[in-house]
Amino acid sequence: MMSYQDKDARPSASHDKDTGLSSRIALRGLLIALALVLSWVESRIPVFFAVPGMKLGLTNLVVLIALYRLSAPDALLINIVRILLAGLTFGNMFSVVYSLAGGMLSFLVMLVLKRSGRFHMVTVSITGGVFHNVGQIIVAILVLGSGYVTWYLPVLWISGIAAGAVIGLISAQIVRRLPDSFGR
Amino acid sequence: MGKRDIMLLAALFAVGAMLFVFFRFNRAEGARAVVRVSGEEYGSYDLTMDQTVEIHGRDGGTNLLQIQDGKASVTEASCPDLLCVHQGKVSRQGESIICLPNEVVVEITGAMEEVPYDVISG
Repeated sequence: MMSYQDKDARPSASHDKDTGLSSRIALRGLLIALALVLSWVESRIPVFFAVPGMKLGLTNLVVLIALYRLSAPDALLINIVRILLAGLTFGNMFSVVYSLAGGMLSFLVMLVLKRSGRFHMVTVSITGGVFHNVGQIIVAILVLGSGYVTWYLPVLWISGIAAGAVIGLISAQIVRRLPDSFGR
Repeated sequence: MGKRDIMLLAALFAVGAMLFVFFRFNRAEGARAVVRVSGEEYGSYDLTMDQTVEIHGRDGGTNLLQIQDGKASVTEASCPDLLCVHQGKVSRQGESIICLPNEVVVEITGAMEEVPYDVISG
């Protein structure tokens, strides 16, 4: 019995590996929860300009941080799980389709820009914001079967730049201040 | 922020500005409000005639279309967000009011589109 306890208490190599996995899972769970809460906060913010789809994109904070400090698959996973959970809890299938289209196109563009290694995080975020709205408009055209939603493109293009800039600046500050051990 | 960032951001702004210019100066006064539900034409209403139309959208949702003084607006709706109501009045060609939950699109068109007849004489 004694030897058992001793064995458990001793931080063996395999034990280290296990806690590593546990903390990795915990961190991703935490980030998904944070993204979900930010989604909810965002859904509580009234729309300022009466244009559907115009929003700040608070959850992109989490996606950007995951993309820069964890990995692309982690960021993608957090984004998809967050969208599905938000749709199931306080949205609907309809909002899931729009969020997925915006989220995936924006993620793809941000990933390409980031991988190129030539652009600042704020630039990556701004371009992601623009393409999030472009993705939503594309789905709206398909769902509604008409091209009239493209009239919203100019406003949503500019609001995407503005929202992306705010989120990018905040994300850059957060990433700079996170300890090196974050995500390791 | 490097030179490439500035260039990409400038390009994004330029495209945004071009979209604005393109969409703003391409609008003439409209003549009819065409309503579509889930992509299918639902009705077409003359902007010169003041009227109120109840639109039955997807899943039993309703939107109340009001036409007054040559402008169309949605004054009441069953959707939760009421974005269509907040979109206000539209009167220029290509302008639209969109209710995503009910899949209702109100679009302003010119005079010549899909009018069954102009005048009945005799």
